[in-house]
Amino acid sequence: MEKNDSLWMKIFKYASLIIALFIVLFPIYSVVVGAFKTQVEYYNSGLRLPENFLNFDNFKKVYKIGKLALGFKNILIILAVSLAGNIVMGTMVAYALGRFDFKLKKPIMGLYLAVQIIPLVTTQVATFSVIKALGVYNTMFAPMLLYMGADVLQIVIYLQFVNSIPKDLDESAMIEGASLFKIYRSVIFPLLAPATATLVILKTISIYNDFYVPYLYMPSRKLQVVSTAIYNFVGPNAAQLNVISAGILIIFIPTVILFLLLQRYIFAGVTSGAVK
Amino acid sequence: MFNLSYKAQRLWILFGFLTVPLILLGMFSIYPALALFYFSFTNWDGLGFDMKWIGLANYTEIFSRADIFAVFKTNLYYFVGGLIQTSIALWFAIILSNKLRGRYFFRVMLFLPYVLHSVATVIMFKNVYHAEYGSLNTLLGVLGLESWQQQWLGNPHLVNYSLAFISMWKYFGLSMVIFIGALQSIPKDLYEAAKIDGASGWQSFKFITVPSIRRVIELMLILTLTGALEAFDIPYVMMLGANGTTTFVIQTVDMAFKFQNYGLASAMAVVLLLIVLLVITIQRKFLFRGED
Repeated sequence: MEKNDSLWMKIFKYASLIIALFIVLFPIYSVVVGAFKTQVEYYNSGLRLPENFLNFDNFKKVYKIGKLALGFKNILIILAVSLAGNIVMGTMVAYALGRFDFKLKKPIMGLYLAVQIIPLVTTQVATFSVIKALGVYNTMFAPMLLYMGADVLQIVIYLQFVNSIPKDLDESAMIEGASLFKIYRSVIFPLLAPATATLVILKTISIYNDFYVPYLYMPSRKLQVVSTAIYNFVGPNAAQLNVISAGILIIFIPTVILFLLLQRYIFAGVTSGAVK
Repeated sequence: MFNLSYKAQRLWILFGFLTVPLILLGMFSIYPALALFYFSFTNWDGLGFDMKWIGLANYTEIFSRADIFAVFKTNLYYFVGGLIQTSIALWFAIILSNKLRGRYFFRVMLFLPYVLHSVATVIMFKNVYHAEYGSLNTLLGVLGLESWQQQWLGNPHLVNYSLAFISMWKYFGLSMVIFIGALQSIPKDLYEAAKIDGASGWQSFKFITVPSIRRVIELMLILTLTGALEAFDIPYVMMLGANGTTTFVIQTVDMAFKFQNYGLASAMAVVLLLIVLLVITIQRKFLFRGED
């Protein structure tokens, strides 16, 4: 199509891209410059660059008062356990559904699909009572359990991969006397690694960004994660926009780095999940 | 395990591999969904075990109280915002899946907002929209557009546009990448054949692109609608639902956790669910009928 483009079309394309780029970057720019400004400077210098890009006072302040270190530590623990459980469950379900035919196969797939339509926030009323009944309210087990289960998108992506693994591999392993469990562990699981990589990144981003689950199920200050830490910090410190900017920036950094390093896998995962 | 026949092993694998995941699904998805229906017929306050079956009273209350339904007006902003977001995303997906200098750079940059932390993003926009020191008003001042400066969050006529914009800003990159994935699956020779037949860019968009990615467009429309109905994080973190920004879900959550009226809250959730199902059915039946 490119050759047919008139000059005006080309200009229009690039103009729209540059406007979009500006809209995306402008709020981020204002946070970046704001984070390095002193209080007085922030309120007087508008959008100009900060006088001193080595002024880390705001970062120190928000890190200490906002207890961000605690937030990072807690979310790391939750992430590690949830992801480990999530990968094991996701691959197990995909192996069972992808390799064997049995009566309950369709209904199980249907269940995973059906619960997907239900708006998540609305069922929290009842989920809350389950969490309380299990005695894990206000502990890290609450979010871990909630994040651990496989969701339909994950199963669909894994199933696609399982189906693309030739059954001959299973059969030759059987001839050598491998058990079905061994086939899962030594053949299927390792071959699912590319899908696992994508899913881990996507899940990490969504768990790290989640606000509602920790806010509702872990109100204790000791259990605060990054989301709840910044939320609590902003309340009483609403006036110090420069310090808040530093906090926002610290929180942005981990996922931005993860994304820039691994964007290839993220794009691959998002696109392969959508076409189905 | 090694001495069992494959038939027996198969049974063990199915049992062992599915039990725990299904228990989790049951506890945190299926049971809550069923309980929701049950609670919606009771007057439970969410605290003790004191629960009385009151039949359809909660539903009657929802449909007779104008204030409960009035908040759907707020969700409308997110829906319209979502439609605009989807169209913009489709435009950028089309130009970024063709040959274009710097297309990978633009893809990465436009997707960036999606990976940014959600609460921190909302707080970032609190700074952007700040009436006195916000960077948006400052920018307008620099450009000599002082008359455009606004109380972005203080003005009740503007606040919902400001909030819906955050949602567009954050999610349009995701829609774009999903569209790019769909566009890549269209065979290139279709376009070449159309070009030979003398089709214009608009004609090949209308007769090749749209029909080929019909399913994805349909998916995006459903996601836009359910996303709009479920709008919660942005108005809650930014305003706690104040200044006319209460959405249906904020109201449901308030009803449950603030006013301790679980029964009514559950009924509201069921109504929301039924609306979502109704819309999906209508969309499947009418909007895209005659296909499949």
